[in-house]
Amino acid sequence: MTGERSDPLVGTSRLAADVTVVRGSFELEVSLEVAAGEVVAVLGSNGAGKSTLLGALAGLYRPSRGEIVLGERTLSSPSETVPVHRRRIGLLSQQALLFPHLSALDNVAFGPRSTGSGRGNARRTAERWLAEVDAGALAGRRPAQLSGGQAQRVAIARALACEPELLMLDEPFAALDVDATPAVRSLVRRVVRATGVTTLVVTHDVLDAVVLADRIVVLDAGRVVESGTTTDVLTRPRSAFAARIAGLDLVPGRSRADGLVTAEGTVVAGTHPEPVDDGERAVALFAPASVAVFREEPGGSPRTALRVRLAALEPHGELVRLRASPVPGGPEWVEGLAADVTPAAIAELGVEPGDEVWFAVKAAEVTVHPAGR
Amino acid sequence: MSGVPRFLWVPAVLAWLLVAVPVVGLVVRVDLSNFVSLVTSDAALAALWLSLKTGLATMVCCLVLGGPLAVVLARSHLPGLPFIRSVVLLPLVLPPVVGGLTLLFLLGRTGPVGAFLYDRFDITVPFSTTAVVLAQTFVAMPFLVVSLEGSLRTAGERYEAVAATLGASPVTTLWRVTIPVVLPGLLSGSVLAFARALGEFGATITFAGSLQGTTRTLPLLIYLQSQDDIDGAVAMSLVLVVVAILVIVVSRTRDVR
Repeated sequence: MTGERSDPLVGTSRLAADVTVVRGSFELEVSLEVAAGEVVAVLGSNGAGKSTLLGALAGLYRPSRGEIVLGERTLSSPSETVPVHRRRIGLLSQQALLFPHLSALDNVAFGPRSTGSGRGNARRTAERWLAEVDAGALAGRRPAQLSGGQAQRVAIARALACEPELLMLDEPFAALDVDATPAVRSLVRRVVRATGVTTLVVTHDVLDAVVLADRIVVLDAGRVVESGTTTDVLTRPRSAFAARIAGLDLVPGRSRADGLVTAEGTVVAGTHPEPVDDGERAVALFAPASVAVFREEPGGSPRTALRVRLAALEPHGELVRLRASPVPGGPEWVEGLAADVTPAAIAELGVEPGDEVWFAVKAAEVTVHPAGR
Repeated sequence: MSGVPRFLWVPAVLAWLLVAVPVVGLVVRVDLSNFVSLVTSDAALAALWLSLKTGLATMVCCLVLGGPLAVVLARSHLPGLPFIRSVVLLPLVLPPVVGGLTLLFLLGRTGPVGAFLYDRFDITVPFSTTAVVLAQTFVAMPFLVVSLEGSLRTAGERYEAVAATLGASPVTTLWRVTIPVVLPGLLSGSVLAFARALGEFGATITFAGSLQGTTRTLPLLIYLQSQDDIDGAVAMSLVLVVVAILVIVVSRTRDVR
């Protein structure tokens, strides 16, 4: 492309919010910072205050205390409130909510048109963004003629075409077909990374956080209970909520055809539900219940076996959760890996903390996903 | 097969016949040999023209005044909203003659507003074409307001909220999102208001009288002629029936879309 804007970069701004929002008997009190270009996932169960937080940032609810600052601008303070349409915050929700009377192209051109672009410029911007989300061929279609995944792609293009300083994704994949989710999720990951837009993802799905976010903020009962890098929060959760939703074993590394390879060269065999390029940053995820524990190195079907030292045995419902720690000279990332086994199996193995054992997991139980930085 | 209890069929068929048979009776009764000359007499053409003119003017008044009222009813959070809505619906249940009387008392030469207009500006509202439009607007407005408010509530505020996050000001949002989204409701509401205006009789004759070319609309002429020239009345009734059927067809096709 030639001319004034050859790259799709949108503005990047830092978000700093320190607010109290009261809605009926519910009170949200959060202090949240998102660095310019950073992607932060807000995790929480229903009623944790996620939508209240988004509403306050978007300008739908007025905070009773505190300030919201985006880039150089104060969006909300006790003395002033910037109206929704001047906040430059893009919002993508569960429902694509494309305007039913406009074609896909005109939907995307709506934002640029509303903010003063001429018809021709707005069209060109819209075409560029539709191409960016691989929806160029859908330009002339009406929303009623689009599938859920296609509509969500167009909605992403529409949100980004306004060049928002902050992009907010509100459970963006929750309403999609299970089959459509991985493709749309990796698309969102790609465009968010490519544009470098500061992004806040609200979700209850750990996978969204793993794939999209650099950092996780856990919200519970209107308060931030935990915050840290995605890997830290998911592998070493400190809050009860994070532990409950995480409950997954997570191995960081880089993608390869048959799974993932860690920094020091261990291969974790697994499948790729969404497309990941070889060598791309990725994480392997598996459930502790799918981990088998052996005294001797297991062989057989394609599986990954990791030599670990048992750090702890904890009751976990009907099962016993074994926690791993590194063996001398072994990789550090096994710290915190969990295996859930039956008490009978423990008795049979006769293991106790400090013993060296093998954690084995079948390739079919492991999924490899692209990961945040 | 269908879940309709059998005993409902008899009253249902009777109800349908009650509407359909008189119309058929009217069509049968039409004197076809003189039909063209009957509906093209000076009096008939003047009445038809006046009806169309005032009907369209009424539709515009309903849009310009009732449209904003529907938006306020559907979107604002005024405290007395249920009360305001009931007042808007009053003409639906009020006999039109009573509506005409209330307008006459308000705008007649001795009425509070009418006296002011006459003394200050030498304007007399009753028994003018303006009075016809006012009377018709009075009875037709609720049709547009109810239809449009329903569309606005069904559409919800979701699209408007999205438009705001895309940088559209409230005014831009109204023109580019709200109105296009409720356009089917707006059109069918307008057509209904036009149809109601076309058939208006009671309020018009009380408030505007029956002066040929000025206030004698088609329904007034039909009533007048039914006293002595029944063939002319029947022929013009048929014209109104055809217009009514057209209106229904137009608003139905909109609904289907």
